[in-house]
Amino acid sequence: MTIAVERKEPPRVSGGEEDNGHLEELRVDPIGLMQRVRAECGDVGVFRLAGRDVVLATGAGANEFFFRAPEEVLDQAEAYPFMTPVFGEGVVFDASPERRREMLHNQALRDKFMRGHAATIAAEVEQMVAGWADEGEIDLLDWFAELTIYTSSACLVGKRFRAELDKRFAELYHDLEQGTDAIAYVDPYAPIESFRRRDAARIGLVALVQAIMDRRAMETPPADDDRDLLDVLMSITNDDGTPRFLADEVTGMFISMMFAGHHTTSGTAAWTLVELLRHPEQMDAVTTELTGLYAGGAEVSYQALRAMPRLESSIKEALRLHPPLILLLRVAKEDVECDGFLIREGQMVGASPAVSNRIPEDFPDPDAFVPERYLEPREEDRSNPWTWIPFGAGRHRCVGATFAMMQLKAIFSVLMLDWEFELAQPPDSYRNDHSKMVVQMQQPCRVRYRRKS
Amino acid sequence: MRIAVDLDLCQGHGVCESEASGIFELGKGRTVTLLDPSPGEDRRAEVEAAVRFCPTTALQILEEE
Repeated sequence: MTIAVERKEPPRVSGGEEDNGHLEELRVDPIGLMQRVRAECGDVGVFRLAGRDVVLATGAGANEFFFRAPEEVLDQAEAYPFMTPVFGEGVVFDASPERRREMLHNQALRDKFMRGHAATIAAEVEQMVAGWADEGEIDLLDWFAELTIYTSSACLVGKRFRAELDKRFAELYHDLEQGTDAIAYVDPYAPIESFRRRDAARIGLVALVQAIMDRRAMETPPADDDRDLLDVLMSITNDDGTPRFLADEVTGMFISMMFAGHHTTSGTAAWTLVELLRHPEQMDAVTTELTGLYAGGAEVSYQALRAMPRLESSIKEALRLHPPLILLLRVAKEDVECDGFLIREGQMVGASPAVSNRIPEDFPDPDAFVPERYLEPREEDRSNPWTWIPFGAGRHRCVGATFAMMQLKAIFSVLMLDWEFELAQPPDSYRNDHSKMVVQMQQPCRVRYRRKS
Repeated sequence: MRIAVDLDLCQGHGVCESEASGIFELGKGRTVTLLDPSPGEDRRAEVEAAVRFCPTTALQILEEE
């Protein structure tokens, strides 16, 4: 006698009767939608996105399936159609899984380069605050987005390239990030304002890179040790002697290299500062920790690679409450089972840091800012490897996570030793703008700074 | 002690190599190579640091009976 094993179809969330399913809700209140999926369906539930099912996994078991699945089963390539016009054809998400794995394994992120990066980042922050008066006001989105353009270009492309950038690059880059409306699931080239600005911004960035390349082509090439990635790319030629990479492709590579570490780090820096200002006792603990660590005259390049339990816990808690990526997506390349439910080939599969990071069974008092949850013995990040997922998890875990933590520690080391900050708006007026797939802090998001006496 | 690596999770960051050189090696590879899967007790502190600071929690110490 044979027993037929029936794999269940996952339950479907309410709503989404329109042509494009839950697209409009995803554009207005994505976290509300995903929380409703979990509330109505449990760990595995389905919503509709422009003619496609998205099977949303939340909770440890379903997340472990999601994060352990190899590229051949859950593929990223088709899952992010809004990125292709940003990166350009042939870059990252347009390439094969093998090629992408190669490209993602960025040499610059290896442990042995971190100390040099820490020094570079500290110098970039110093340079930004050098323009400050004794007191004033900044917009967190503008300020951290500009800073992280300089830090990521300096660390990932090279200091020579960074030296040729200014605010214009950051502003164009911002337009690219804003060009990630979920309408791209219907048409990545839909005639809407944010997509028009996105395409204009990409053209603008290519023009800036072209100008840099033209200048370099006229100069004597630098000594081998001083060459940056752009010099290397410019030195590669085809068999007939013509340059292998044109400005368009070079720009696409740089945009994609910088993308994952840009809005993510910028947003986390902003949220960490806001949460610390909302919780003065936590701010005191962090300031005391930093003052103590630097009292002996340690360099930021040394200290930022070492333990700073209070600051690290505050950054982790900002990441848990305000994960820069709220929905991670893949496309199923074959029929697979997830937590007892059938996922069919062609369905999209999602995991949500925004929802999983606040599961009350794993994170008591889930909506509160409690950095102590990361201190021994609680260590709620380590004890919940499949639900504490601001960096994703498993084989797909953010390859830049260590770099990001070091960067944030370096940034706050410089900022908090010499400056004090104050919210310039009501504490609850700081929030994220969820209207684009790239989540950023909603403006205005202003704080005041004052030089410490 | 014996060291176990989950190569499903290793991303080749090389933190283990920095923490306990001679036991872990990254070289030009994409994932870690275990040079010494059963190091002596005198290396325990370094191996524990490698396990603890592995960014992808790919390492484990298996105690021998």
